[in-house]
Amino acid sequence: MLQKIYDWIDERVDITPLWRDIADHEVPEHVNPAHHFSAFVYCFGGLTFFVTVIQVLSGMFLTMYYVPDIENAWKSVYYLQTEVAHGQIVRGMHHWGASVVIVMLFLHTLRVFFQGAYKKPRELNWMVGVLIFFVMLGLGLTGYLLPWDNKAYFATQVTLEIAEGVPFIGEATKTLLAGDPEIVGAQTLTRFFAIHVFFLPAALFGLMAAHFIMIRKQGISGPL
Amino acid sequence: MSEKRKQVSRRQFLNYTLTGVGGFMGAAMLAPMVRFAIDPALQTSAQGDFKAVAQVDEITTEPQRIDWTIDQVDAWYESEVTKSAWVYKTEDGDILALSPVCKHLGCVVTWQGSEEYQDQFFCPCHDGRYYKDGVNVPNTPPAAALDVFQHKVEDGTLYLGKAVPREEL
Repeated sequence: MLQKIYDWIDERVDITPLWRDIADHEVPEHVNPAHHFSAFVYCFGGLTFFVTVIQVLSGMFLTMYYVPDIENAWKSVYYLQTEVAHGQIVRGMHHWGASVVIVMLFLHTLRVFFQGAYKKPRELNWMVGVLIFFVMLGLGLTGYLLPWDNKAYFATQVTLEIAEGVPFIGEATKTLLAGDPEIVGAQTLTRFFAIHVFFLPAALFGLMAAHFIMIRKQGISGPL
Repeated sequence: MSEKRKQVSRRQFLNYTLTGVGGFMGAAMLAPMVRFAIDPALQTSAQGDFKAVAQVDEITTEPQRIDWTIDQVDAWYESEVTKSAWVYKTEDGDILALSPVCKHLGCVVTWQGSEEYQDQFFCPCHDGRYYKDGVNVPNTPPAAALDVFQHKVEDGTLYLGKAVPREEL
């Protein structure tokens, strides 16, 4: 049945080369943990991606209950944690995944750094990777505010003060982030929410696509 | 068992195991999220409490609109919501409390809501009509009679509960 549907589509639009191109590539011996166990260090990039997928999925589901509003944000989080089936698990995945993704990113970066895999011709991919790292930190920062509890509020207060410390543009940056020169409140929460669920993920997807296209085009770096 | 041993190639074996393990991991990941998402559909509906809405001696044989408020808990949001019923005494002395929600597409019906149809409930959205007993007039949009509120009378006070379809009475 599935084969028939596949054949029907393939006959018309020839999709086989599309996914073959993605699926068929040899894993070099020095990257295969079956040959050299130490090659497990090559897994960190993939693990980062895997955790990112979990983050995207659990985040999508969380927005079914979450409200980015100062009156209701905390209540909606409390409700989904205590009243909705598996709410603790889904929010827990997003909460812990946020930390795991940073750890994985860091390990991946260490591997690339100490193997010198960023060297020519892969400098551009290193730069895109650094941008992905910044976007991830931004996601962690903006997501931290969303439960709108005391920890979230004061962490954001501190962040904004740090941003304000930047010479010349500090104050404008703070106002832009918080949505108000004085108050950390309603507008801060909606802004952080918009940045967290629309702007940064969009940037992340673009950068990840560039990262993956480049690694396929240039291939993985050779053995040490 | 067949006589020929079915050969499973190394590639097939790896395909099966990888699909199995991958599927298991994917399912383990998605199961809590899906359960989380479909939770509203699996909640048991709360049994509506009876609320005192009127004195029985105020009720006539002419349908009157009676409004009352209930405390509604909508997930993390609690509020007072106004409910309405068209209430009257039937010929045998029973009280009938009809839901004003049209059975066509959920607009609100009014007793004598149309000049042309004096002794009927009328829905302004698509000209749906009901007779005084709540039964839908044939060849108008509604396909069923108006829902009826569960009611009880205690010490001369009328209490109304949940509106239920006629068939379930």
